[in-house]
Amino acid sequence: MDERDVTLDLLRELLSRQRLGVLATHGESGPYASLVAFAATDDLGRLTFATTRATRKFQLLTAEPRVAMLIDSRSDADLDFHRATAVTAVGPVAELEGEARDEACVRFVARHPHLTDFATAPTTALLALDVETYYLVRRFQTVTELHMR
Amino acid sequence: MNAPVPLVLPAAEVDARVAPYVGGKALALAKLSRAGLAVPPFSVVTTAAYEAFVDGPLQARILFELERKDVADMRWEEIWDAALRIRNLFLATPLPATLRDALAAALGPRADEGPVVVRSSAPGEDSAGASFAGLHESYVNVRGLDAILEHVRLVWASLWSDAALLYRRELGLDPLRSRMAVVVQEIIAGERSGVAFSRHPERDDQALVEAVHGLNQGLVDGTVEPDRWVLERDSGVVLEHHAAAREEMVAPAGAGVRLVPLPRRRRSRPPLTGDDLHRVHGLAREAEGSFAGPQDVEWTLRGEELFTLQSRPITTGGAEDDGRAAYLGLRRSYDSLVVLRRRIEEEALPAMAAEAAAFAAVPLAELDDGGLLAELERRKQAHDGWVDVYTRDFIPFAHAVRLFGQAYNDALRPDDPYEFVALLSGTPMLSTRRNAALAGLAHLRREAGDDAGDEAFALELEAFLDEFGLEPPGSPGRERERATMAAVVERLASAPAAGSAASAAVTGPTADRPATSAAGPGDGVEDATAASRRRPAMPAPDRDDLERRYLQAAGGGDDERERAAGLLDLARAGWRLRDDDNAYLDRIEAQLTAALEEMGRRGLETGGRFAPRAVALPSPLGRPHPAAPQPAADAAGPGASPSGAVAKARQLVGQPAGPGVGVGIARVISSPDDLRAFEEGEILVCDAIEPGMTFVVPLSAGIVERRGGMLIHGAIIAREYGLPCVTGVPGATELIHTGDPLTVDGYLGIVVVG
Repeated sequence: MDERDVTLDLLRELLSRQRLGVLATHGESGPYASLVAFAATDDLGRLTFATTRATRKFQLLTAEPRVAMLIDSRSDADLDFHRATAVTAVGPVAELEGEARDEACVRFVARHPHLTDFATAPTTALLALDVETYYLVRRFQTVTELHMR
Repeated sequence: MNAPVPLVLPAAEVDARVAPYVGGKALALAKLSRAGLAVPPFSVVTTAAYEAFVDGPLQARILFELERKDVADMRWEEIWDAALRIRNLFLATPLPATLRDALAAALGPRADEGPVVVRSSAPGEDSAGASFAGLHESYVNVRGLDAILEHVRLVWASLWSDAALLYRRELGLDPLRSRMAVVVQEIIAGERSGVAFSRHPERDDQALVEAVHGLNQGLVDGTVEPDRWVLERDSGVVLEHHAAAREEMVAPAGAGVRLVPLPRRRRSRPPLTGDDLHRVHGLAREAEGSFAGPQDVEWTLRGEELFTLQSRPITTGGAEDDGRAAYLGLRRSYDSLVVLRRRIEEEALPAMAAEAAAFAAVPLAELDDGGLLAELERRKQAHDGWVDVYTRDFIPFAHAVRLFGQAYNDALRPDDPYEFVALLSGTPMLSTRRNAALAGLAHLRREAGDDAGDEAFALELEAFLDEFGLEPPGSPGRERERATMAAVVERLASAPAAGSAASAAVTGPTADRPATSAAGPGDGVEDATAASRRRPAMPAPDRDDLERRYLQAAGGGDDERERAAGLLDLARAGWRLRDDDNAYLDRIEAQLTAALEEMGRRGLETGGRFAPRAVALPSPLGRPHPAAPQPAADAAGPGASPSGAVAKARQLVGQPAGPGVGVGIARVISSPDDLRAFEEGEILVCDAIEPGMTFVVPLSAGIVERRGGMLIHGAIIAREYGLPCVTGVPGATELIHTGDPLTVDGYLGIVVVG
C-alpha cells in the first residue's frame, strides 16, 4: 500500500469511529468554533453536518463559506500525544437542497439516529463540507496532507 | 449465568438464579406455583429480549429524550410528554426479524391456546421494601401472536411511562442499564375477583379482602367499587363487611375488557360468601408464608377454582405524599371520564356562570360595611368551593386528552406523536371566540376612522367586556380591563393585516397563506410581520381525513368504532375545557377581588384572610431529593472568577409546542402594564399564559413559556393560532429581557437570544 492508501484507510477508520467534529468558522466578528455531529460520504469527499439557521455558525458560514473541521480520537489522557489521531478537513461549505439534501439526510440520520427529529426539522440546514484537503496528524507531530481534488 | 440468557423462559425454569432477567412479578408467580398454589400458566419474555430490541439507535433516542432537560425541572405535563414520545419510539421501531422469529417460536404455542394477559415484570419493581405497583402497563385479553408481540412492545415502553419517570430516582431508571421483562400468561376469566391483604395495611391484627364480580381490573383501576371485609388476621373471623353498590363489572370483550352492567340477579349477592371468603384469606396467608412477609395478593375465582394472579409485599402508603401520588391519582378510565364530563358540563360550568352572574348583580358600593363583609365571606366561600371542584374534577378531566392521544398513536403510529392534537384543535374555545370578537372591534375602529364613531365604539367595547370580560362592571378592575382592551384594539386596528389574522384561526382553512411561507423550510426567518408568519390551522379536509383514518384503525366492530368516536368526543371536551374552565373560575375570582377592592376602598382591613386561593397541583418533583447533587461550587475556586465577566443566555431549550419559526423582539410579561405595551409582531415571553393574557396572542409572532407541556394553556392557544411556541424553558422570564431580539424555533423547541 502506498502512502495515499494508508492515509485513506486511517481516515476512513477515524471518520467512521468518531461522531463529533469541531467546526471552525470566521467572519466579521472574528473566529468561532463549534462542536457538530458529522457524517462522511464513502469516498470521504464530503462531510455533512446540520445546524439550525438561527445559530451563529450558520450566519458565519453563510457569510464566509470556507471552513475547517477538526476530527480526532483523543480520550483526554497522556497517551493521546502518541496514540491519538487528528485530522483537519478544509474546504467550502454549502447548504444542501432538494434531492441532495434528502440523500445526505438519510446518511446523516443513519449515522446519528437520535438526531432524526433535529435533522428533518424545517428549521435545520444540512450542510456539506466538500473537502479539498485533509491534514492528518499522528504520533504527535507526523503530518500528512491528502489533497482530494 | 454464563450461558446467554434465553429470550423466553417457561415458568418451570424461572427461579432465583434468573431473577435479574425475569423481574419480581415473574419470580413471585413461579414461587407461588412451586408452593402448590394455582397460578395460571405463563412464560416470561426475559430482559435479554428487551435488550435485543432496545440496544442501538432506540437506546440513544431514549437517552436523548431524557437527558435533554433535568427531570427535576420537569412539570408533570412534561413528564407525560416525554413518556408519550418514548412510547411512540417503541411503537415506531419494528421488531428485528431475528428477534421476532425467536419470540414467535417461543410464544406461538401459548398464543394458540387462547387469550392471554401481557404483564410488566420489571427487575426491582416489587423488591422487598419498595413496591411500585401500577407504574408499568399490563394488558388483559390479548388474542393472537401478532397482538401479543405488539403488547410486549407496549409493556417494554412502559418501563418509561410517566408514572415510572416520576419515580425515576427511586427505581434507579437508567436508559443504559434498565431493562424490562414481560409475563405472558393465560387469562383466567374469573366470575369473581379481588385483592387480599394478609395483613391490614393499618392494623397488624387484622386482614383485608376486597372482591368484585367479574375481572379484577375494575377494582384495581378504581372503576368498580368492591365489597370489603375486615377479618381477624389469625382466626379469620369477619369483623366488618362493607357492601358495595354492585352495579357494574369488568368483562373480557373484543380485544380488551369492558365495563358492563352487572346482571340484575348478581347485584343482590356479595361476590364472596362464607367458605370462599375464608379460602381467599387463607390464600393470602399462604402467600405470606411463602415470602416470609405480609402479602397483597390478586386472585380470581373461576367456578370453584381459586387462582393467584399476583403477590407482592405490602407497603404502607403515606411516605410518598409529595405530589406524585396525587398526580398518579389523575389517571382516569374511559368510563369514569364519561361520568366526569357530565358532571362538569351539565352541573359545574352552568353553576359557576350562574354564581358569577348573581355576584355581579350585587351593587357592592351600596352595601353597608356589615353587608359588604357578609358578601365577601360568601364570595370567598364560593371561590374556595370552586377551587376544590376544579382540583377534584376539572384537572383530572384533562386526562381525556391523554387517553385519546395514546389511543390515536396506538392505532395510527404517526411520526409526530402530537398529530392527534389536530383533531382536537379548531373546536371553538372561549379565548378564540373572544379574540374573534376583538378582531371585529378592531375592524369597527378602522372603519370609523380617527374622529367618528367614538361613542358607538365605546358601546361595542362595553358589550364586549360584558360578554368576555373577567372583571365585574363598575369595579376598578373593569376600568383597567377596558383600558387594556382599548389599547389592544388600537393596535389591532393599526396593524395592516392583523385584523384578518386575528380571525384567521377561527375561519381556519380560508386564511391566506402567503406565497413566501409556502416556499420551503426556513422561510419564516425572512418574513417580516407576525401576520404573514402565522400559519392557518390545519385545513378541514385533512382533519376529516385524520378522523376517518383514526376511526377506521380503531377496529372492525361497531362497538370498537363507537368507543373510539366516544373517546375522541371526550378528548375534544377535555381540550375545550382546558381553556374554558380557567375563564369560568377567573370570573368567580374577579367577583371575590371586586369585593376585596371595595373593602380596601373603604379602608377596611381583611388581613389576607379572604385572598383567593390558587389552584395548584403540587409539582411532582418539586422537592429536591436528598440525594440530588448540589450545584457545584465555582470550579476555579473562590476569587478566581474573572472580574467583569458577564454571562448571557444565547440559546435556550424547551419543548416544541407549536411548529413554525417566529422572529421578533421579546416582550416579557410580568405585569398588566407589559400587556398594554405589547406591540404587534413581538414575541410573548411569560411564566405561563393566563386567560387574561390570551388577547395579545393574535398580535404576537411567537410564544415562549416557562411552564412546560404540550397540552397546557399556552401550547393550546398557540396551536389554535398556528403560532410558533416553545414551552418549558427554565428561567425564561429571567434570562430573556424585553427588547431582546428572539428567534423561536417551534419545530425543535429552541429559543435563540440576540
